[in-house]
Amino acid sequence: MINIPDTLKISLRAIRINKMRSGLTMLGIIIGVGSVIAMLAVGTGASEKIKEQLSSMGTNLLLVLPGSTTSGGLRMGLGSQPTLTKDDADAVLREIPKVQEVAPVLSGAAQVVYGNQNWSTGVYGSTPGIFVVRDLSLIAGRGFTEQDVRSATKVAVLGQTVVTNLFGSANPVGQVIRIKKLPFTVIGVLAEKGQSMQGQDQDDIIYIPVTTAQKKIFGTAFPGMVRNIMVKVRNAEDLNAVETELNNLLRQRHRIGPREDNDFQVRNLADMMQMAEQSARVMTLLLGAIASVSLLVGGIGIMNIMLVSVTERTREIGIRMAVGAKTWDIRLQFIIEALTLSLMGGVIGIVLGIGGATILSALAGWTTVVSPLSILLAFGFSALVGIFFGFYPAYKASLLNPIDALRYE
Amino acid sequence: MALIETKDLYKIYDVGEAPVHALDGVTARIEPGEFVAIMGPSGSGKSTFMNIIGCLDQPTRGQYFLGGIETGRLNRDELAAIRNEKIGFVFQGFNLLPRTSALENVELPMFYRSMPQAERKKKALEALKRLGLAGREHHHPNQLSGGQQQRVAIARALVNDAPLILADEPTGNLDTKNSIEIMELMVRLNRDDHITIVLVTHEYDIAAFSRRIIHFLDGRIVSDEPNIPEKQKREDGAA
Ligand SMILES: Nc1ncnc2c1ncn2[C@@H]1O[C@H](COP(=O)(O)OP(=O)(O)OP(=O)(O)O)[C@@H](O)[C@H]1O
Ligand SMILES: [Mg+2]
Repeated sequence: MINIPDTLKISLRAIRINKMRSGLTMLGIIIGVGSVIAMLAVGTGASEKIKEQLSSMGTNLLLVLPGSTTSGGLRMGLGSQPTLTKDDADAVLREIPKVQEVAPVLSGAAQVVYGNQNWSTGVYGSTPGIFVVRDLSLIAGRGFTEQDVRSATKVAVLGQTVVTNLFGSANPVGQVIRIKKLPFTVIGVLAEKGQSMQGQDQDDIIYIPVTTAQKKIFGTAFPGMVRNIMVKVRNAEDLNAVETELNNLLRQRHRIGPREDNDFQVRNLADMMQMAEQSARVMTLLLGAIASVSLLVGGIGIMNIMLVSVTERTREIGIRMAVGAKTWDIRLQFIIEALTLSLMGGVIGIVLGIGGATILSALAGWTTVVSPLSILLAFGFSALVGIFFGFYPAYKASLLNPIDALRYE
Repeated sequence: MALIETKDLYKIYDVGEAPVHALDGVTARIEPGEFVAIMGPSGSGKSTFMNIIGCLDQPTRGQYFLGGIETGRLNRDELAAIRNEKIGFVFQGFNLLPRTSALENVELPMFYRSMPQAERKKKALEALKRLGLAGREHHHPNQLSGGQQQRVAIARALVNDAPLILADEPTGNLDTKNSIEIMELMVRLNRDDHITIVLVTHEYDIAAFSRRIIHFLDGRIVSDEPNIPEKQKREDGAA
């Protein structure tokens, strides 16, 4: 029977006697574990943020884009040929009951002026459906109505960034701004949305009725043309069904023959998000793998020091053997010593890794999430490193002939 | 039954061209309770013999029985258990663990027989006290004199109640006064505690404390004679 607590005491003493050396050895593990924890925190943070945005965008969204048309054997890029109309959007809402709301969008960049301030921003022409589909809420005034869309009134709802740049802290509701030199009455202000996943400012935006955009701001290649149609489905389970129905409906409306390609494309936003999340996960793995290399290097450091320690303490091993230490007494003594080194390094590394992640998110503004799993993983990994790299030196020590060990110089 | 019985022991080292016969056919018997001194010139194989009977080393050829058990048939761990329970070692260079208190050094053999800490400490303190080291329990070897270190080593050899003490030049590093003290201690252990003692020495004054002197030369036993201890001689002379 082997006495673990007392063996642990022996190991702690050995570590204490060589403070400097033990510290430097531990440093390898500390850096390894610390960087694994920090890197995993960065990676996990990134995918958490994507998930958060996914839910803030609404998971039940489909996006209809004008698709590639084949003209004279030449395949055109996505969105190159405008084919969608506001009537398509209306038909989708009317004909597919599983659709909760639609929003046709015609957008572009435009110069906006108020008094002597001017600002270049994105102008989105849409229907009141956009407020539902994009989950927009107003903090002042109102949104535009079906009536506004029917009469193509010149009203605008502003995002926070636009408000700040044109009005400062003044109340914009009721004021008149000029979009491409045309006067628009500000009727509402949107609540702040923050940055998008791609780092875009989602508040640098103006919404106007889609008909106004078509007739007065951007113009259209043919009547009723929109750039895309956003579709919000009532239940997430119906996404695929709606996608099929959308395809059928639009093919029928666009009179596409059975052997012809679609002139539009339906994109599932949730799928796109999942792809982004997938790539974040790959990044996490990659970062983790790179950090693991330093953990491995730390482990080799432990092995190195343990080999030195075994050589230095050959006489001690001889004395222990002479008074009755068995093979596993000696092995465990050195394994526990290595394990203590690596676990102490591991714990310090975990603390520093968490600290590092916190600093990273404070300085770089990254979202970092230290998951309990990564802590467990780092702890388990450093234990493994200790046992793995401690075993060989311990094994070597235990096989010494007692008299050779005692006589060692 | 003999405590130690060797039959035709050989220890041959292969270094350089000519093999060295450190032991060249040693046959010996030592009974329980004996006090044997081994003498002989340097390089005659005394230490080699001691290491083999201490189960620290194996002979190239020949058999060694300790308490009737043939040690050649035992594995590493069984030999470790024998060293732990049956043999106490006292070396010329003390061989105490450095940076470790006298108390813990003495506790070591009990540690490897998994004795509970409290009992270990009690027995170690008793042994140290018996050797006149009370108050030195927490000194490290480098804080003790040579004589004190050797007494710590003897305490360690005694603490598991081993029936056999093997001492290879135990007084080799000590001055005359300390040497005599250590030898008187050995005599008491042999007489009062019936511990069998085998010790190696170069000095007749030291060998004189024993009751039997074996001479080695070139790996062989060249003489083996009983000895009347110095003190007893004096007492006899006075009578
Ligand atoms: N590990 C070894 N390798 C090679 N030769 C050895 C080894 N150990 C001992 N010898 C040789 O064996 C012979 C006996 O050595 P041993 O140590 O037994 O002598 P000793 O009688 O104890 O001498 P001393 O009185 O000087 O201690 C010597 O010639 C020595 O050189
Ligand atoms: Mg010798």
